Amino acid sequence: MLNINEVIETNKMIHEMNLDVRTITMGISLLDCVSEDLEVCCENIHNKITTLAKDLVKTGKEIEFEYGIPIVNKRISITPIALVGGRCCKSPEDFVRIAKELDRCADEVGVNFIGGYSALVNKGMTKADEMLIRSIPQALASTERVCSSVNVGSTKTGINMDAVKLIGEIIVETSELTKDRDCIGNAKFVVFTNAPDDNPFMAGAFHGVTEADCIINVGVSGPGVVKRAIEQVRGQNFEVLCETIKKTAFKVTRVGQLVAKEASKRLGVPFGIIDLSLAPTPAVGDSVGEILEEIGLEYAGAPGTTAALALLNDQVKKGGVMASSYVGGLSGAFIPVSEDQRMIDAVEAGALTLEKLEAMTCVCSVGLDMIAVPGDTKATTISGIIADEMALGMVNQKTTAVRIIPVIGKGVGDTVEFGGLLGYAPIMPVNKFDCSAFVNRGGRIPAPIHSFKN
Amino acid sequence: MNELKKSIITVIGKDSVGIIAKVCTYLSSNNINILDINQTITGGYFNMMMIVESEEVIKTFPDMAEELKQIGDELGVVIQAQREEIFQMMHRI
Repeated sequence: MLNINEVIETNKMIHEMNLDVRTITMGISLLDCVSEDLEVCCENIHNKITTLAKDLVKTGKEIEFEYGIPIVNKRISITPIALVGGRCCKSPEDFVRIAKELDRCADEVGVNFIGGYSALVNKGMTKADEMLIRSIPQALASTERVCSSVNVGSTKTGINMDAVKLIGEIIVETSELTKDRDCIGNAKFVVFTNAPDDNPFMAGAFHGVTEADCIINVGVSGPGVVKRAIEQVRGQNFEVLCETIKKTAFKVTRVGQLVAKEASKRLGVPFGIIDLSLAPTPAVGDSVGEILEEIGLEYAGAPGTTAALALLNDQVKKGGVMASSYVGGLSGAFIPVSEDQRMIDAVEAGALTLEKLEAMTCVCSVGLDMIAVPGDTKATTISGIIADEMALGMVNQKTTAVRIIPVIGKGVGDTVEFGGLLGYAPIMPVNKFDCSAFVNRGGRIPAPIHSFKN
Repeated sequence: MNELKKSIITVIGKDSVGIIAKVCTYLSSNNINILDINQTITGGYFNMMMIVESEEVIKTFPDMAEELKQIGDELGVVIQAQREEIFQMMHRI
């Protein structure tokens, strides 16, 4: 039988260390909503989402109450809209019409984000893909809850550099269109390589075409719990450190597994995966940067940071896989700047640079995340940063992503406030040297040699 | 026979006379069986855990949790009821 110390331990994790389930994300296939007529397509989408997800938020709240574990977000991911709207959309404006419909659905069922305003163009772009990408600035500027992503590369296909070039321009345009709101549009847009089909986390969630009609994916979190656990083993060797992280990750993931199973049962929707991620929030005591400091670094970004992050990520996975039957999504430590107070502090102290963050993304999920850069950063420079990050993912056979926000009217030394879970960020300096001749070449970078495994 | 479900009730707060009595009276009047009680006082703070079992046709879990919370408010302590599985999942393989 359970003993009092176990009960106290669990409740302490929840009440004092910010243990929570970060998101229950319902993945919904919209492939059967395709129509030749835009309005019919929108109606189909509306009917399907509001029917399947009508009890999502209510069920999430019930589970929260009964188990006493906060479930911070309830969200929806959908089939990449470039596929759904390809038949009826004749212009980028038509795609924006679908984005607005999605926003309305999200509002109606009460979820805070809906992800999947996306295109998968890792090898090439169809007309619909290109129209969708060109519609992103307008779509993000005219909606609240819609999240967008584009997959521009994979280990199997290489990197679509035409898309990378276009997305540099799209990011600048998105900032321009949302400049009165601190360029928030780009906080809702991610560019990926090797994007997973079952990621429950925003802004990059979409419901892949290989998925079932409707599934439940769950993203767990708990940086605060890991931090507190490793405080107990300060000064001890790596074996002890790793063992402690692993055990903690196991406990955290078990809670996610329980919530996922329960949500799946109550909603009558199959369970997909658990995403084992340490996802920080701006709250004090809920930070991946703090874990890195506890491991022994003065600030995230100090020499040793990449190694510390590598071991952290690995132990989280090792503890997590034992705790859940199906693991997927991004699964790893997130290192967003604006959403993590100690990462913000590290940037402000001059310890953490864009280049060091890039190195860190080689060993963790997901990539350059929530990075604010000067508003006058050129589109080709942004494309260059994206290309570098995509190359890391392509060669290392992992997911990498870029969520970068050029903040119009601001420069290094300024900060930008996004609010809520998105936090605030100091503007980071960008390497000033030019890469436009590289970006403007056009075409695609071939797949690396180790992708030929057949 | 209806399914019996286990819940964990925790009571945390400043110690005072009659906390256990009040909670137990509530439980017995709602036909909720206590399987185990464990209690400590650290630094003047009362910390109690109960494992209880009930037939939810008599009292649904959300109602029980809500009513216990109200009793806690009256006593000036925090009473929380949680389904047992969250603890089992975390601490048992």
